[in-house]
Amino acid sequence: MAERVIEMQGISKSFPGVRALDQVDFYLEEGEIHALVGENGAGKSTLIKVMTGMYTADAGEIRVAGERVRPRSVFQMQEAGISTIYQEINLIPHMSVSENIALAREKTGLFGRIDWREARERARSAMARLGLDLDVDQPLNRFSTAVQQMVAIARALSLKARAVVMDEPTSSLNEGEITNLFRLIRDLRDQGVSFVFVSHKLREVFDLCQTVTVLRDGRLVGHYPITELDHFSLVSKMIGRDARGILGRHRDGTDKGERKRFCELNGIRDGRRLQGVSFAIGEGEILGLAGLLGSGRTETLRILFGAEQPEAGEIRLDGVVTRFNYPREAIARHLAFCPEDRKVEGIIPSLSLMDNIAITNLPRLSWRGVVSRAKKLALAEDYIQRLNIRAAGPRQRINTMSGGNQQKAILARWLSTSPRLILLDEPTRGIDVGARAEILDLIRRLAGEGLSVLMVSSEWGELLEVCDRILVYRDGRVLASLVGEEMTEDRIIATIAGEGRHA
Amino acid sequence: MPSISPVNPETGRERLRTYAPFLVLLAILALNALVTPNFIQTGTARNMLLQSFPIIIMSLGMAMVIATGGIDISVGSIMAIASIVFAKLALDLGMGIVAAAVAALAISALFGAVNGLLVGYFAFQPIVVTLVTMMIGRGAAAVINDGKIVTFYDSNLVDFGLYQVLGVIPIHIFIIVIAVVVVFLLVRETVFGIYLQAVGDNLRAARLVGVDTFRIILSVYVACACLAGFAAIFETARLASADAINLGKLVEMDCIAAVAVGGTPMRGGEVRILSTLAGALTMQAITTMVNMNDIPYAYSLVIKSVIIIVALTVQKEK
Amino acid sequence: MARLSLLFRERTVRTALFLLALLLFAWLMYGEVFLNLLNLRNVLRQTSMIGLIALGMTLVIVGGGIDLSVGAMTALASVTAAYLSRESGWMAIVGTIILGLLLGLLNGVLVAVLRIVPFIATLATMMTFRGSAYLLTDIKSIPVAPGEKAFTQIGRGYLLGAPLPALVFVGALGILYLFSVSTRPGRQIFAIGDNEEAARMMGVNVAWTKILSYAILGLLCGLSGIILTARLGAGQPVGAEGWEMNAIAAVLIGGTLLSGGVGSVVGTFFGVLILGLISNIINLNGEINAFWQRIVTGVLLLGAVFMQWRPERQGREKL
Repeated sequence: MAERVIEMQGISKSFPGVRALDQVDFYLEEGEIHALVGENGAGKSTLIKVMTGMYTADAGEIRVAGERVRPRSVFQMQEAGISTIYQEINLIPHMSVSENIALAREKTGLFGRIDWREARERARSAMARLGLDLDVDQPLNRFSTAVQQMVAIARALSLKARAVVMDEPTSSLNEGEITNLFRLIRDLRDQGVSFVFVSHKLREVFDLCQTVTVLRDGRLVGHYPITELDHFSLVSKMIGRDARGILGRHRDGTDKGERKRFCELNGIRDGRRLQGVSFAIGEGEILGLAGLLGSGRTETLRILFGAEQPEAGEIRLDGVVTRFNYPREAIARHLAFCPEDRKVEGIIPSLSLMDNIAITNLPRLSWRGVVSRAKKLALAEDYIQRLNIRAAGPRQRINTMSGGNQQKAILARWLSTSPRLILLDEPTRGIDVGARAEILDLIRRLAGEGLSVLMVSSEWGELLEVCDRILVYRDGRVLASLVGEEMTEDRIIATIAGEGRHA
Repeated sequence: MPSISPVNPETGRERLRTYAPFLVLLAILALNALVTPNFIQTGTARNMLLQSFPIIIMSLGMAMVIATGGIDISVGSIMAIASIVFAKLALDLGMGIVAAAVAALAISALFGAVNGLLVGYFAFQPIVVTLVTMMIGRGAAAVINDGKIVTFYDSNLVDFGLYQVLGVIPIHIFIIVIAVVVVFLLVRETVFGIYLQAVGDNLRAARLVGVDTFRIILSVYVACACLAGFAAIFETARLASADAINLGKLVEMDCIAAVAVGGTPMRGGEVRILSTLAGALTMQAITTMVNMNDIPYAYSLVIKSVIIIVALTVQKEK
Repeated sequence: MARLSLLFRERTVRTALFLLALLLFAWLMYGEVFLNLLNLRNVLRQTSMIGLIALGMTLVIVGGGIDLSVGAMTALASVTAAYLSRESGWMAIVGTIILGLLLGLLNGVLVAVLRIVPFIATLATMMTFRGSAYLLTDIKSIPVAPGEKAFTQIGRGYLLGAPLPALVFVGALGILYLFSVSTRPGRQIFAIGDNEEAARMMGVNVAWTKILSYAILGLLCGLSGIILTARLGAGQPVGAEGWEMNAIAAVLIGGTLLSGGVGSVVGTFFGVLILGLISNIINLNGEINAFWQRIVTGVLLLGAVFMQWRPERQGREKL
């Protein structure tokens, strides 16, 4: 049996109000690529942060190459041979590639002068080991995310990393870059480097990994050799019930195709991702956008909402060509948008739950600029009850609430504007199962009342569950429009993988 | 509905943050009462308020700017230019005092608008932007009258500065009360107030919920500049002179300190008007204490700096 | 120097070209009066004090901080130098430099250890330092001990025809340039200003690096205070007022970004010379009011800021 590079036993970690990890075991053997999977909130990222020294576990022990360690810092774990590559590249953008590889470990000569020649040589050979030939004197931010990621890997290797933890490394890469990355990871594995690979994309897990560790609700479900699993059994383990029921299901009653068109997009391009997107949404229709990250789904929503400007193409509402320069103009035409990243673009953290709900409606709740507290409170309480938002009260600061309740508050914010079309970007990301079911129910109910919904989700099961129709995106284009019996996960995957083009 | 306790209840630290400015003010006042002869007499307290007039008025504007995540170091220069414009128009051009005051406010608003435009539209850093207007404003003020002081002998203006509302309340105190109440209500009870905090708290989210963030930022800088101009007119009246070189020198630092000691976080998103008032009064009370006891003025600088550092250390989150 | 990114070079080159244009302009306008050795020496001597401060300020700003206390620090150093000159000239130099270092350390500790926002922390120490200078002197200037002719030469003397303060300034530029491009601590200042979290994870001791940048600035303020006292023959408790803003302006005009991580001391050197030349041109002209200098500085700063403007940073597209 190969040596265990990392061994973690009985790891527990709690945050105020949440038990993120409960008695979790994990081990990584030398020369393997080990997948860590689980739904959002299962505890993957907490486990990684404990593993790399960013968090200190409340209980449990960690061994690196058989030796007990008590990590206090990321730096300390790096010294022990465990490096992490984050989704957000954690390097110094304005510094050269060679400097990023050498930083804080440069060889120095007389008067502390850095030996640049040595640093450059080291960087070149590190990049060469990855099969990359690039000018290591160029600043890092002149290169694509994929290359920056390679630089991060090169740095890890130059620190003599024995294990590399990769957290969602493919989320901002295109297909070709992903293929390259995987080839590289396999090469390095053959040289004895071990990998922990965290990904939402199960296809990648099956493609790349030998072993899978599944987490659910902060607990360990099990370790499995990949050969023992198939797609459905893995999903079943992740969600804790039989996946077949969920994955194959779609809404009752197929789309009739007789809806009145509310919104149309024609040949939308943004000069970056979108290569000409056209589709229409009917009144009361739930339209899902499937595709990989970076395929242009989010950009479509943002352009529709006026948060970004298209380079070409037109948008029609009720048949009339429209152009939104700012979100507020879209809001005035009864559009609403729940952004992907709740923390960065959704909640206004220091404000109360009440103000976060009321903020889209303030002019209506006020008289000559003075807000009526009574009306604001009534509105907030109404929606708190309707959406079953759990909070200490309408005055609780929103950043002290759970993710699911924050998301409901953001939905409440928009529903109170009586929108005609709501754009949802990953509406259930990072939300627990219960709240998620409530949100999906709500979406269906609202569509029944005539609201049009345009929904982006990386969890295709969810789209199959609620949508009337699904558009499949790839590389900035809509490749297929799936209705009724066509709506299956296999069909989505097949389209993304490039088979069965409908266009 | 079942009652649920918050995941993160209010901590002792947060409570301290809320009350600290008032406790500090009380402590300084108590100390003053002990060591300063006649401090309790209304005359002294009234003088203290009179002297703190510009700081209090301008801290209100500064608090709003800081709440949007900005800062304005040009207010002292704006005072200077407002004062000199006011004096030149009223004396040399023989405009009426009211007309001159309106013109002074207009020029202040113009400076504020430039600040707001550069920060809100071009997204330049507030420190750099207001450093630019600080330099240009002070330079322009000095150029207008060649750096010389304009002295008033106009009794109307002097009378105006001595006016007492209803015969008892000095006009400065009257205005302080009104300004504090108005700004307090503005940030607490109006659409503008909520938008203001939203802009400082999460600019991107504020845009996505339809807030016209540029307009909010612009208005805040204009308001801050106008309050500075307003304070300048009263200072000009009080001193019966306009000094482009020295009026409002370093006053921006006093205002920022007052806001900081008041517990408004520098990153923006929150605004505490009453605490800012307490902060401004604390600063003035220190000056008064030092002046009234014949202690060298420099001690007040040292005491103030210690209070700033202690206040910020205590109020730090996490 | 290939490792200096093009970015830096472009900025620096731009600033240098502007400086050249300004020199040409001054020469064309004032000819011999301007090119006169005495005049040029004076420009250098006058800019060297703010110049030293601006060099240090560059490091602090590159590291993501700011320091408002530099003027007050220089005044306190100036006063200290005058007092210490009664002991001996050497005492005055060494003691004052150590004082500057300690004051800078204090700023660094407030920012890096107590984690007070740099703007507010140094605003507070600005009051402390200025207050202390007042208290020490009763707000009177303190004459240098009469016997210390050698000491005053630091401010007034020449070496090989160049004014000593200018040599100190250029020497400091050379040392800080090497420090910032090719030593570990120097590079780490750039790293923390660019991406503090990443730098921490890469093993940079962030607190220590920040403290170091403030300490270097403190030391340079000490030097500047020594020159101030030596030149005027007396310690100046009210001196160096407002220098912080001039120093910051010089740094930004030199192409350093206030957001941290990008900048160069060479750019700052040119920035300082540009401001010095403008002041000189206004002086030589004699007809323009001296207050125009501030206006011109402000306009230049605005220009520097617009040079860094990228349309994508514009408000509406920043979503």
